[in-house]
Amino acid sequence: MKKFNVSLITAILLALVLSFAAFAEVEVEDESYYEQFRGKGITLNVYNWGEYISDGSDDTLDIIEEFENISGIDVNYTMFDTNEDMYAKLAHGTSQYDIIIPSDYMIARLIDEDMLEKLNYDNIPNIKFIDDEYRYTDFDPNAEYSVPYTWGMVGLVYNTKYVTEEQASSWDVLWDESLKGKVLMFGNSRDAFGVALKRLGYSLNTEDLDEIRKAADSLSEQKLINQAYAMDQTFDKMANENAYAAPYYAGDCLTMMKRNDALAFSYPKEGVNQFIDAICIPKGTTQKDAAEAFINFLCETEVAVANCEFIEYFTPQTEAAKLIEVDERIIPSEEVLENSETFIMLGDQANELQENLWLEIRSGSGLEAWMWALIFIIILALIIFIILFVVRKRNKKNLDY
Amino acid sequence: MKKAFSRIYTALCFAFLYVPILILIIFSFNSSKGATWTGFTVKWYGELFRNEAIITSFINTLIVALVASVAATILGTTAAFGMHAMNKYSKSTMRTLTYIQILNPEIVTGISLMLLFAYFHMTSGFTTLILAHITFCVPTVVLSVLPKLRQMNVSLYEAAMDLGCNRFQAFTKVVVPEIMPGIVSGFLMALTYSIDDFVISYFTSGTTSQTLPVVIYSMTKKQVTPTIYALSTLMFVGVLAVLIVYNLIDIRFENEKRKAAGARK
Amino acid sequence: MRKSSKISAVPYVIWILIFTIIPFLLVIYYAFTDYNTGAFTLNNIINSSNYLPVLIKSIILAVIATVICLVIAYPLAFIMSRKSEAVQRVFMMTIMLPMWMNFLLRTYAWMTILEDNGIINNILTFFHLPTVQLINTSGAVVLGMVYNYLPFMVLPLFSIMTKIDKSVIEAAQDLGCNQMAVIRKVVFPLSFPGIATGITMTFVPCVSTFIISRLLGGSDCYLIGDLIEEQFKLKGSGFHVGSATSLVLMIVVLISMGILNQFDSDEMEDSIK
Repeated sequence: MKKFNVSLITAILLALVLSFAAFAEVEVEDESYYEQFRGKGITLNVYNWGEYISDGSDDTLDIIEEFENISGIDVNYTMFDTNEDMYAKLAHGTSQYDIIIPSDYMIARLIDEDMLEKLNYDNIPNIKFIDDEYRYTDFDPNAEYSVPYTWGMVGLVYNTKYVTEEQASSWDVLWDESLKGKVLMFGNSRDAFGVALKRLGYSLNTEDLDEIRKAADSLSEQKLINQAYAMDQTFDKMANENAYAAPYYAGDCLTMMKRNDALAFSYPKEGVNQFIDAICIPKGTTQKDAAEAFINFLCETEVAVANCEFIEYFTPQTEAAKLIEVDERIIPSEEVLENSETFIMLGDQANELQENLWLEIRSGSGLEAWMWALIFIIILALIIFIILFVVRKRNKKNLDY
Repeated sequence: MKKAFSRIYTALCFAFLYVPILILIIFSFNSSKGATWTGFTVKWYGELFRNEAIITSFINTLIVALVASVAATILGTTAAFGMHAMNKYSKSTMRTLTYIQILNPEIVTGISLMLLFAYFHMTSGFTTLILAHITFCVPTVVLSVLPKLRQMNVSLYEAAMDLGCNRFQAFTKVVVPEIMPGIVSGFLMALTYSIDDFVISYFTSGTTSQTLPVVIYSMTKKQVTPTIYALSTLMFVGVLAVLIVYNLIDIRFENEKRKAAGARK
Repeated sequence: MRKSSKISAVPYVIWILIFTIIPFLLVIYYAFTDYNTGAFTLNNIINSSNYLPVLIKSIILAVIATVICLVIAYPLAFIMSRKSEAVQRVFMMTIMLPMWMNFLLRTYAWMTILEDNGIINNILTFFHLPTVQLINTSGAVVLGMVYNYLPFMVLPLFSIMTKIDKSVIEAAQDLGCNQMAVIRKVVFPLSFPGIATGITMTFVPCVSTFIISRLLGGSDCYLIGDLIEEQFKLKGSGFHVGSATSLVLMIVVLISMGILNQFDSDEMEDSIK
């Protein structure tokens, strides 16, 4: 998403940096709006994906700090690894968050279970910048609960030294025996099943239990050559050439490609998943107004630009999208977009089956032969040990009396 | 020959323990992110100190560890004193319960406490975290104080009572000094466990009370920057300093005690 | 002293009741109830028996790690227990020191060393040797366990061996025992309680770990700890199936450790006296 319209933004940023020296202040639509929270000692608990906000590293904009400066609100920022992690923390009711940023199907589930607050758009004037295409979606048809944060595609990142373009044009590469131990798979059930289902030509959202079972079998087969089930670890493993091919989110793949020139990206022909991550406010928050101010801040043009450059996903913020030139390597063609699917919430039965099969895939079946031998030895040793002990104890008793 | 063997063996063991740490320290000064050496830098240390999550969680860890281990020491010492006075049956029941708490896999303890807090709708935070830490710290204190009580001469306590102390005075003036080494080592063990604990904190910490290990865990899952190495280095140096100072004080204290004893003679 | 001071154990009894027994009952409650109806069911337990291979694999890896720890730690503790007090003090310190560093960081260090493009393989390539697959194997997980929990084995062994009276060993030597015989007939039996404690303190964290396997194990090494952690994240029924698996793990661990410690609880008391 880079190679952005450099001159303008950099000039502005530079000017700001120079004039304020200590910290760069973001240019916002209406600064007075944020002032109302100052001095009230408000703390916001924000729960977001890892590596999913511009955090000030490598001279990027530190969005959290900027927000704290402009509004006087204290932000407590924590991260999750998968949608399911986030759901668990929320559903167990032991943790309270004011802002969460889940993906499409998880938002549908949260809405379904009445776990989200309806948004008050009077407090989010910057909603005017957000593209309606991403606001009114399958998971939130009336855009009552969520404001899109980013959207993106799943694709395949691969190392050109070891994988040909031909191989990388299909998901089959992750099942390729010649890459044994060098491929990765998604570390969460929905995405992993997504890849397997697409490879078999089924829909991502199939409710057909047989199709789900077939996908599970295919994942079990893949496990034999799989190195690890990874999420954020994919970055290091691919960039350091510890793995040669992995499915991951397009923007993140671009980040990896910048770290290692040998990496390339493709959209496998069987089709991919298109996703939208959106900002929501979970039920039970005591700081709804402040949370909405935070959402509004994320929709500020300059903030969206900084975020977009950092995360490298596509942005639904129209002004920011104009300022940024997307890296053509990850721009999906019409054909790819047509062939892509968005996750929707699965029915209870399909969801339960998928989650259970996922655990079974991960835990594998059966033990290797040497393990059985070892069990035998251990049991034998235990028996000998016990016998010895009893004997010893008896001898001791005899001595005592 | 035998001596040479034991020297080499010891050296190997310590190499095993310390080489990984050494490598972390070296790579905390590496200018690039990979596992190849590209040049010297201290920028990761700067980044570490700018990382708010690490700094706050470090403070959280210290607060939780101190509160929990002090509370556990008080609770554990009084408990050990009470258990010591029990009859054989109830004493062994208590001991079994204490052992179970220690033997229970951490993940099960963490989960069962999480169930407890969830069941009673307690929001995870400092309170739940400290309660959980006290729970797994108390048994170590109890078990290090109990043997000291057993070694103690009962008549000392009785003599103090005869000489006009009330029960509380007799306890604080006679019993406590006598079992002090047990209390101190129990406290130190509790502190160590609490600072190092990840699993139980992982299940019981909330949004505002993440401890350092929990934050480190979320860092190890991301793309790793040598900031983590820098953090390890600082922790290592810090702990080393604390241990050296502690031992120096201890040695000096003992020497003085020895001198005092000599003078009395 | 006897009767009246029993009262001081009351707070602890209450504490155990609230934070040990009630949570334990909750685990049992969730393990035996159905998510949808809340009625009694055995399905969760039956469901967790599907994962028996995971449990067995965890136990095997933990046993291997424990045995390796014991084999490494025993001579080390013995050598050190014969040294002067000053050396022993330094020794204790150097063994404890890694324990004070966060165990995630320690495990992370091994990840850097073992990766395919990690330090060991970089050294091998430097000398034009073929690289080896080290990470993402069961061996790497065992290594991680040994490294992390070795001090837990050394310390109890060391503390019990320092308590062995030197004169006992000298007496045995005077009576004609050679070094091996001294170790076998005197040191080993006397250090038995230390061995039991060491095994317990190493085995239990090894069998229930979910971090070491996740960082070093790759897709092959999925242990019971990982399973429990992920089960708790399941939609709806998570608490119930997760509790069932935890219960199984807890019972296995408590029984095996109970047996181990039953053996020498009397001896342990003897040795402490």
